[in-house]
Amino acid sequence: MSSLSPPAKKLWWNEPIHKSELLWISLVFVWGMVMTFMMPYWHVVGKQNLGTETYGTTPKAFQAATQAFVDQYDTGRTEGPKNFPVVAPPEGGDVYLMARLWDWWPIVELKKGATYRFHLSSLDWQHGFSLQPANINVQVVPNYEHVFSLTPNAAGEFSVICNEYCGIGHHLMIGKILVVD
Amino acid sequence: MSNNIFRTCPDTGLKFHGPAETLMKVNAVAAVVFLLVGGFYGLLVGLTRWQAVHLLEASDFYMVLTLHGINVLIFWMIFFEIAVLYFCSSVLLGCRLATPKWAWVGFALMVIGAVMNNVIVLQGSSSVMMTSYVPMEAHPLFYLSLILFAVGALIGCFVFFGTLVIAKAEKTYEGSVPLVTFGAITAAVIAVFTIVSGAIVLLPTFLWSVGLVGEIDVLAYRLIWWAFGHSSQQINVAAHVSVWYAIVAILFGAKPLSEKVSRTAFLMYILFLQLASVHHLLVDPGVSSNFKMFNTSYAMYLAVMASMVHGLTVPGSMEAAQRARGHTAGLFTWLRKAPWGNPTFSGMFISLVGFGFLGGITGVVMGAEQINILVHNTLYVPGHFHATVVLGSTMAFMALTYWLVPILFRREIVMKGLAKWQPYIFGLGMSGVALFLMGAGTLGVPRRHWDIGFAGTGGMTHEFPAAAYTMLALNGLSVILAVAGGAAFCVIIVGSLLFGKKLGDQPMAEPCIVAPVTDEEYNANGGSAYAIPGTIVLAMIFFASFALYYFINWKYLAETWGIG
Amino acid sequence: MSDQDETNSGDVPMMQKLLDNPFLLLFLGVASPAVLYLAWGIMEIVTIPAR
Repeated sequence: MSSLSPPAKKLWWNEPIHKSELLWISLVFVWGMVMTFMMPYWHVVGKQNLGTETYGTTPKAFQAATQAFVDQYDTGRTEGPKNFPVVAPPEGGDVYLMARLWDWWPIVELKKGATYRFHLSSLDWQHGFSLQPANINVQVVPNYEHVFSLTPNAAGEFSVICNEYCGIGHHLMIGKILVVD
Repeated sequence: MSNNIFRTCPDTGLKFHGPAETLMKVNAVAAVVFLLVGGFYGLLVGLTRWQAVHLLEASDFYMVLTLHGINVLIFWMIFFEIAVLYFCSSVLLGCRLATPKWAWVGFALMVIGAVMNNVIVLQGSSSVMMTSYVPMEAHPLFYLSLILFAVGALIGCFVFFGTLVIAKAEKTYEGSVPLVTFGAITAAVIAVFTIVSGAIVLLPTFLWSVGLVGEIDVLAYRLIWWAFGHSSQQINVAAHVSVWYAIVAILFGAKPLSEKVSRTAFLMYILFLQLASVHHLLVDPGVSSNFKMFNTSYAMYLAVMASMVHGLTVPGSMEAAQRARGHTAGLFTWLRKAPWGNPTFSGMFISLVGFGFLGGITGVVMGAEQINILVHNTLYVPGHFHATVVLGSTMAFMALTYWLVPILFRREIVMKGLAKWQPYIFGLGMSGVALFLMGAGTLGVPRRHWDIGFAGTGGMTHEFPAAAYTMLALNGLSVILAVAGGAAFCVIIVGSLLFGKKLGDQPMAEPCIVAPVTDEEYNANGGSAYAIPGTIVLAMIFFASFALYYFINWKYLAETWGIG
Repeated sequence: MSDQDETNSGDVPMMQKLLDNPFLLLFLGVASPAVLYLAWGIMEIVTIPAR
């Protein structure tokens, strides 16, 4: 009987499984185990594991924290058409990056090879932190402060573009992270 | 309308219950209408992404992208699936449909919701994308329209379950339900979870939009919305896998290699497929890595294993049936001698290969917790789901429709020459869309983005590699091809309904269902119902591609910045 | 599962009974993601500490 009719054998559960099918099932089961293993394994040996440390916050509080960060480590230089401050935190320090309609604020200057604690949040809608061309993508939401670390492995100018749709100016939202040797 | 009118199809011998038949027809027709509408919007999206053409203005682009997503991902799919559910219960079990009146209420709600949604988005104040992430706000009627549609679909699911109860009580079949019906049960179970999640998230959001609720938690919204948004696509998977089984049974008389294995695979879907909703939260704050790893693996990849099992048993049962009917030579004669000019077959096979190679592999790879960092919200994501939902589900549903129109509407398919080519045109175009979007995504191009040239930013830009622009141009060309294929489908189907030669009560000249292969046929000449060497070879090629692509992506990941 | 011969009579195996019961499947199919995905996820979100 075909798949359009009830099974010919009423007790079909007791039918044996043919070895060609069993072979495939075993293979894909083992493959599933390999893939299951890979994620925790990468947490141990890999260098790319996005932290999930998170705090509840408010747009106001996060803006104040970002402002304090900018005031403390301002280089005096500015970048871009809106003259955003370039901020250079010390190696291993904290970095506050604020997403709002339609900016990433401020511009950050990092040292290659140093590790920084990033704090990300949004003042309004959801945004997408997309660091190019390193291609690191993190969701940014309001009311929550996401803390994770980044370690640049190359010097140069990197773009932060927004890859979560955030209204009519979404495609204008761009910021920079500068990495120096 | 009497509730006990049956007709026996002269071609298939299937028993059609009058009210069920009408409901299948209206749901299928509504589905095709929304496919046409949504496909047209897709054309506009593709031509805008092509930077040299850049057809629409930004505000229109975001509006049209919202419409494209909702019309094809939700409306076309669910209308068609309701028709499939009624077919798999009422027709395959030879049973009257439970409460046709309620089924009509459900249908009416779905139509009202779908039309209302299109109207409200077209007014311009609800360009919030299908995801409508809070706190971005749409018009209250936007949420209400989706709620109405969802309630209608939920009623359809319960009509399906009710029909199963009646069939069992009235003993219209013996033993267990057919495998295809079991697949439909899987789809309906996932649909119930999907719709309930949708209600949990959209009701408060609706109340918030009219000012009755203060604030919606952003992370909770994302979590629950994806239980709706991703699971709705898992209904499609379960449904199109059932359609694959149905088509190999129809065209080859194939019986499943093992009822036990195929049904257990569907059970893995029921238990674990929906956990994949977390694929969208892998780079979210607030939820732990343990939560992410467990759910993204569908509980240790058991649902992936299920898909790979279906991917073996569907072509495997076809191979065994073809061999039993004389195509025994070599490894692949069974495949070469398949009816490649019959759109029901070619569509189903393109769906199988496209879903597996392009959709399945990429979905699992980017669903690894860490690899997702490279992919989240890039064009890779739409590339992936154009392979699963369009090349997989839509193509399979089109294939089934070619078979269903003569049976259900008693009309011949018109423009048979075009119909022969349609799956290839659509399949080639959509494979291009999937590949080029994924290619652009690999280069970091964001999804839902009007201008990757950053022309309006006043000087601060990012230069994507030239290859990204080439990918988007090739995507535009592929979209044109795919839309031509999709339009051909709509023209053929609507043309057949209106102008196809009436078939009446006489059987067609060419039989449209093959008698099931018997045990004697399987076992003749030293063959068996399990002779599938060709399929095993294909499966091994698939496995090798999967493993290779999987580890290549870990290598890519290792090359980027340290993230902790 | 069982060593009984494959006649059409006799006890239906447990697993077959489960697979033949759409409402039990409906319960499992809703309960599994509701617990493993929704409830677990919500639990983590509500326990996020405030700054």
